[in-house]
Amino acid sequence: MKHTISVLLQNKPGVLSRVTGLFSGRGFNIESLSVAETMEPSISCLTLVTRGDESIIEQITKQLHKLIDVIKVTDVGDSEYVEREMVLIRVKAEAQTRAEVLRVIDIFRGKVVDVSPKSYAVEVTGSASKVQAIIDILKPIGIQEIVRTGTIAMARASKK
Amino acid sequence: MDKISGSQAIIRCLQEEGVKIIFGFPGGAVIDLYDALMDSDITNVLVRHEQGAVHAADGLARVTGEVGVALLTSGPGATNGVTAIATAYMDSIPMVILTGQVPTPLIGNDAFQEVDIVGITRPCTKHNYLVKDSKDLVPTLREAFHIARTGRPGPVLVDLPKDVVAKMIDFPEKKPIRMQNYQPNYDPHPGQIEKACKKIIKAKNPVLYVGGGVILSNANEELTELARKLNIPVTMTLMGLGGFPGSDPLSMGMLGMHGSYAANMAVANSDLLIAVGARFDDRVTGRLDAFAPHATIIHIDIDPTSISKNVKVDIPIVADCKQALIAMNTWFNTASDFNRERVAASHEPWRETINEWNSKHPMGYHSEGEIIKPQFVIEKLDELTGGDAIITTEVGQNQMWAAQFYKFNKPRCLATSGGLGTMGYGLPAAIGAKMAFPDKIVIDVAGDGSIQMNIQELATARQYNCPVKVAILNNNYLGMVRQWQELFYNKRYAGTVMEVTPDFVKLAEAYGAVGLRATKTSEVEAVIKEALATDNTVIMDFTIAREECVFPMVPAGKATTEMLLV
Ligand SMILES: Cc1ncc(C[n+]2csc(CCOP(=O)(O)OP(=O)(O)O)c2C)c(N)n1
Ligand SMILES: [Mg+2]
Repeated sequence: MKHTISVLLQNKPGVLSRVTGLFSGRGFNIESLSVAETMEPSISCLTLVTRGDESIIEQITKQLHKLIDVIKVTDVGDSEYVEREMVLIRVKAEAQTRAEVLRVIDIFRGKVVDVSPKSYAVEVTGSASKVQAIIDILKPIGIQEIVRTGTIAMARASKK
Repeated sequence: MDKISGSQAIIRCLQEEGVKIIFGFPGGAVIDLYDALMDSDITNVLVRHEQGAVHAADGLARVTGEVGVALLTSGPGATNGVTAIATAYMDSIPMVILTGQVPTPLIGNDAFQEVDIVGITRPCTKHNYLVKDSKDLVPTLREAFHIARTGRPGPVLVDLPKDVVAKMIDFPEKKPIRMQNYQPNYDPHPGQIEKACKKIIKAKNPVLYVGGGVILSNANEELTELARKLNIPVTMTLMGLGGFPGSDPLSMGMLGMHGSYAANMAVANSDLLIAVGARFDDRVTGRLDAFAPHATIIHIDIDPTSISKNVKVDIPIVADCKQALIAMNTWFNTASDFNRERVAASHEPWRETINEWNSKHPMGYHSEGEIIKPQFVIEKLDELTGGDAIITTEVGQNQMWAAQFYKFNKPRCLATSGGLGTMGYGLPAAIGAKMAFPDKIVIDVAGDGSIQMNIQELATARQYNCPVKVAILNNNYLGMVRQWQELFYNKRYAGTVMEVTPDFVKLAEAYGAVGLRATKTSEVEAVIKEALATDNTVIMDFTIAREECVFPMVPAGKATTEMLLV
């Protein structure tokens, strides 16, 4: 099962390598990882996507929590949450495909952020599956380069 | 207030933390620290190899329960300490390791004797620090001691660049430590305690499975109270030996790969396993699906990651072992709907079954006349020290025989590398233990292979008048590996024959220590007596039955009931 885990940690040198070292040392996998400062500059938020059965995810969250520099670990999938990923795609756009590419981008509410005579650079934001979907659709037209941010996630505010 | 140097501040911190002895080896990056140390009342023990310094600090920590401290220089000094740091980490030993580092402007430049020791030791320390600003020195050191000794203990490394410790600073006042991100939980959940106690009352075949956590949290008395109150048989891991008196009729001795027949059979047939401060290590469980297959499992541990890591636990209790056991004892003392005598008596048939297993296959060996049996040597050591010595061990068969045949009746009397299995641990650890308790007999039970890994520490023992005794069970083999080759590799003794071994008697003499040798069974007692009567470091070289094996043995990957027996 895929899990999105959000980790608050001290924004100090070496902290990220404690997290990645934990994953490599214990044979846990990381599908994506993104990290940046929070509103509080001394604290960073790291979002990682990993896979494993229940007992592995339990170990992952406990082991993360055990790291001294880790403040909070949340398996965001435990509650309602929104997740987003951004992708930049450079796709071939020649005379006969330009219109088609623009149509696809429009359907996915993407933006063209760079134009050259033979290609577009496209920005799309959405869930990881939406990002994957546009990649799959543009692939036959000719993708030259892809850069993905990895997933970030946030729990939904309670409705009550 | 007058300013003091960073290194003086560090030494003052050590004093504040109650440190009396530190073990170390100097170099360019730590001259300032050594200089400040010279003006303090802390004993500075100069070892002969940095691994020895860290093992010695570890030995001191294991026998006293205090934080052991080692001081190493940058680069090779620090890397030489890594094996010993990992040794302490695997066994959750509270330690602070101070390493020198090149000056901050040079960090990252491949400077002379620069190594990223914080990076290297990240996976084998509980936590580590590189102090880049002198004003952080004292708070960091205080935090390091706090982390080392609280929660599940462990080694903490503090890397100290030369310019940072040279600066003049104000010594900040001591304040209670509060860490938002680190708050180990000591108190058990009352609901879980009640659930556990109710299960215990109903159990027919309960077993207490005791690990090193009981020793680390000084919970041996509470554990003993619980076991005796309810008449529950006890088995211990290597790290747990001494957590319950080995001579008590309720003790089944050690379990696992070289555990007793009765202990392994009891676990396999138990209906309730109460794990206290143990971590279901593979050397204990053997094949996982066959470990305690019929048992409900209660697990008390301060580290949540230990719970349900290898074996699914039914009633987890995340707490300090001592606090949890106190809560359980209190529950049993005050619960109204429970009759202590009746519950205790209801375990009698179970104890009889265990006694039958024990008489069928007791822990034993076959005597062979004048050929010295290693088990006999350990029995004699136990007898002649009244079971009251501190035993350290090397690793291999020697370690297992010590664990099987010495009756550890008190906690903190065995210092042995359990998790990492580090050959070369025993002699420096013995020195650390002896420095902490000069009036105690301290014996390193050694193998001829392991002892050579840190034999240089004989000089340290001599320099500090530290009359530790070393009992070498000399089989002229890397015996434990040879045993595996004998049993599972068609007796192909690849790389396990020690074709050249020093004359240990002469070697002892070369260091100004005393060397004694026994080659016949009838000489063993006299040699031990003489060693104990000698006020000097002594090596006893026992020429033992060369191809003796450690039994029982659960072959790797087998169920613990599939034991090879004597
Ligand atoms: C540093 C280290 N290297 C290798 C090993 C693997 N090993 C485990 S036991 C053993 C043999 C130890 O020989 P010796 O000290 O003579 O003890 P014996 O088993 O003969 O009693 C070896 C090589 C180890 N545990 N530690
Ligand atoms: Mg040997």
